[in-house]
Amino acid sequence: MIQQLNTQMIILANLISTDSTIAAQPVGDNWAESIASQFLGFLPDWLGPILVMVAVATTFVSVVPLLPLVLVLMERKVSAWIQDRTGPMRTGPWGLLQTLADGVKLIFKEDLIPPQADKLLFRFAPYLIFTCSVAVFAAIPFSQSILVSDLNIGIFYILSISSVIAIGVIMAGWASNSKWSLFGAMRSAAQMVSYEIPIGLSILTVIMMTQTMSMEGIVAAQDGVFSEGKAIATFLGVEIKGSILDWMIFRSPFTFLAFFVYFLSSIAEVNRTPFDLPEAESELVAGFHTEYSGMRFAVFFIAEYANVFAVCAIASTLFLGGWQGILDEDQFIPGLFILTGKSFLLVFVMMWVRWTLPRLRVDQLMNLCWKYLIPISFFNILGTGIWGLFFRVDSTLSIGISFLIISLFVISLLGIVFNSFGKLTPHDQTALAGNIGTTNLRRLESSWRDRHEH
Amino acid sequence: MLAQSTAPEETRFLELKPFSDEMIVSMGPQHPSTHGVLKLELRLDGEIVREAIPHIGYLHRCFEKHAENLSYEQIVPFTDRLDYIASMNQNWGFCLAVEEMLTTDPSKFESVPERAEYLRVLAGELNRIASHLLAFGTYGMDIGAFTPFLYAFRDREKILFLFEKLCGARLTYNYIRVGGVSRDLPPDFLDDVSDFLDYFEPKIDEYNALLTNNKIFIERTAGVAVMDEEMTINYGASGPNLRGAGRKWDLRKDEPYSIYDQFDFEIPIGEEIPSLGIVLGDCWNRYMVRMDEMKESVKILRQLINKEWPEGPIMASMKAIRPPEGEIYSRSETPRGELGFYIISDGSAKPVRVKVKSPCFAALSALSELSRGLMLADIIAIIGSIDIVMGEADR
Repeated sequence: MIQQLNTQMIILANLISTDSTIAAQPVGDNWAESIASQFLGFLPDWLGPILVMVAVATTFVSVVPLLPLVLVLMERKVSAWIQDRTGPMRTGPWGLLQTLADGVKLIFKEDLIPPQADKLLFRFAPYLIFTCSVAVFAAIPFSQSILVSDLNIGIFYILSISSVIAIGVIMAGWASNSKWSLFGAMRSAAQMVSYEIPIGLSILTVIMMTQTMSMEGIVAAQDGVFSEGKAIATFLGVEIKGSILDWMIFRSPFTFLAFFVYFLSSIAEVNRTPFDLPEAESELVAGFHTEYSGMRFAVFFIAEYANVFAVCAIASTLFLGGWQGILDEDQFIPGLFILTGKSFLLVFVMMWVRWTLPRLRVDQLMNLCWKYLIPISFFNILGTGIWGLFFRVDSTLSIGISFLIISLFVISLLGIVFNSFGKLTPHDQTALAGNIGTTNLRRLESSWRDRHEH
Repeated sequence: MLAQSTAPEETRFLELKPFSDEMIVSMGPQHPSTHGVLKLELRLDGEIVREAIPHIGYLHRCFEKHAENLSYEQIVPFTDRLDYIASMNQNWGFCLAVEEMLTTDPSKFESVPERAEYLRVLAGELNRIASHLLAFGTYGMDIGAFTPFLYAFRDREKILFLFEKLCGARLTYNYIRVGGVSRDLPPDFLDDVSDFLDYFEPKIDEYNALLTNNKIFIERTAGVAVMDEEMTINYGASGPNLRGAGRKWDLRKDEPYSIYDQFDFEIPIGEEIPSLGIVLGDCWNRYMVRMDEMKESVKILRQLINKEWPEGPIMASMKAIRPPEGEIYSRSETPRGELGFYIISDGSAKPVRVKVKSPCFAALSALSELSRGLMLADIIAIIGSIDIVMGEADR
């Protein structure tokens, strides 16, 4: 397992090594030292920076678990709205304190370890997963100033650290000494290792466009590249700083595709429907955390939702302009809220998908990854390379052609959908949103009609 | 692989002998998607099921033995507990058998009053919709879609509310009695049913768009666990399982009991759609037949409501239920297939023997053959598609 991961990483590193050496940015001044000298000058030179680092780390470790508090409530409310319910309403106003109450309950629950379990690994697994989930946040730029560390290999660091989560999952499944847990763990391992590849390749597309692996650098590369958007806005009477033309997703048709490949794969990476096989409750009871209860279970839960937010924040940073807003001429809205807003939008889409679609079978899951997503990703990389040969990064022609191709793609997609809409019953039309395979649907409809006529 | 249990060999409840790469897994009786308390003993090679043995009896309540010590009226509430999803149809099945025995002596019992027959069809078809709704919802949940489950329960709730109005109970009705039904229509009840049908009929199309035609759902169910016509008949499985295999067989049409011969409705059957990989008798067809049957039930109910309802008693007048000496096998079409009651009477108020021919048991016995060589996730899809209720299989 670990070897496989390593090989994958080495291949990835080899692929991008030439670019990264050119584009590697100098790591910024040692911020810990500068803050320490400013505020903690009375302490010895070696102690100050360490204290600052500990303070920052503590802040992150305590703030990240607060995210799931919000996300779990959001999930419950969103699912309730989709399912014609109200969701939690009793605990606190509008059920706002529900997750807090759940958390308190989990803390006070009895700490159970199955007698046959491998006790050391059983205890260690949740914290390994939690550590990796929190560590990912260290490299995500929440705004110009809120960034723990601007690594020159930021996105590479995120990829590798999130791969370790698979090991924690296997550890939990193995240590539980339960067959259902082991099933969940094996499924999870296969799934995470497979879907790491399209994720890595999609990110590679972005790296090829931006020529840097630093997260801050990728955000900067999506700022003020094209003046056309600004000109159009000025013509319409709006003053803007940047435009969505700068966003990586619209830069070329290939990054547009890469965004969807990345988003789809990241849903699989965080084990959510339709790819929630590792914890498929109707098949595997609860997957790898079947035997966990109390606070250890809560730690899994926190890590899971922290991951969900992390992959969405990464998607926003890589493809949707990161913390940069459109109207922030004078930092009108802090970057923190812009990035969080974009991420929450993506999280909402994930929830929407989760509460709409059924689950794939394990062979279909692998088919999707190896037969569709990975070839598409390779095509993206090839295309991006060719795109780079023909266009400069800031050429107006490139964004024009890119927009043309993307809009043709979107229009033809909408055309297919609306074309089949006209031939459906009104009730089907209202309920169709979110379903794919509309041409098949039409065939089915007509065949049913035939059947009932005979 | 894993440390085996240290229990001595003879105390283990295992019948399978695994090869070295294989694993024995007990699925159930406490498992989220075994639809009650079914235990499956699986011999697994990774994700692939080499052998599956269903173990039943976790919900055995000695219905048949109990029945020997109870009078016929007293057995009716016990039949509620057979298939507790469609209690009305279970009541009806038993009452049909007893009434058939009683009619052999016309001096004591002639027939069920016509108004009672109307009420029986009303209750039976409403319960058929409620039962198929539950089958649809839980099947969605088995496949991994949670939302259809709550939609189905939302609509089933409306039917239960109607039943509560009709007979005071929501799950075990004891409504259809030997010789008639227990209560007449509450005020404005037919209007309520009509409102429900207006609300519900479009919802079926919505569910089809949400789940039935979903690409992932079709991938998961099309061509999976094909139970063709011959195999279905050999196992004695009936109802939607048989119709999904392409056989037009429905007792309401082929051996019409009650007043079913007065209604115009279709028998939906399975169908091959090669472009989607859908073949006769696969999970998708078994499921789809239930969706179509709900539409047909709505059709029957609409015709029933618009009929001229006869006035008169709802219960035949008799002194005591003492069927003449003899034996009878009578069957009726419940949502899960043909429910048969075999009753031997010695002329007293209590039957000598009651045997239930259970459609769920027949369908469940095919599970072992159906699941061989498929994947673990497919087992769940099969259990959902044959739509078993353990209360009836175990009795």
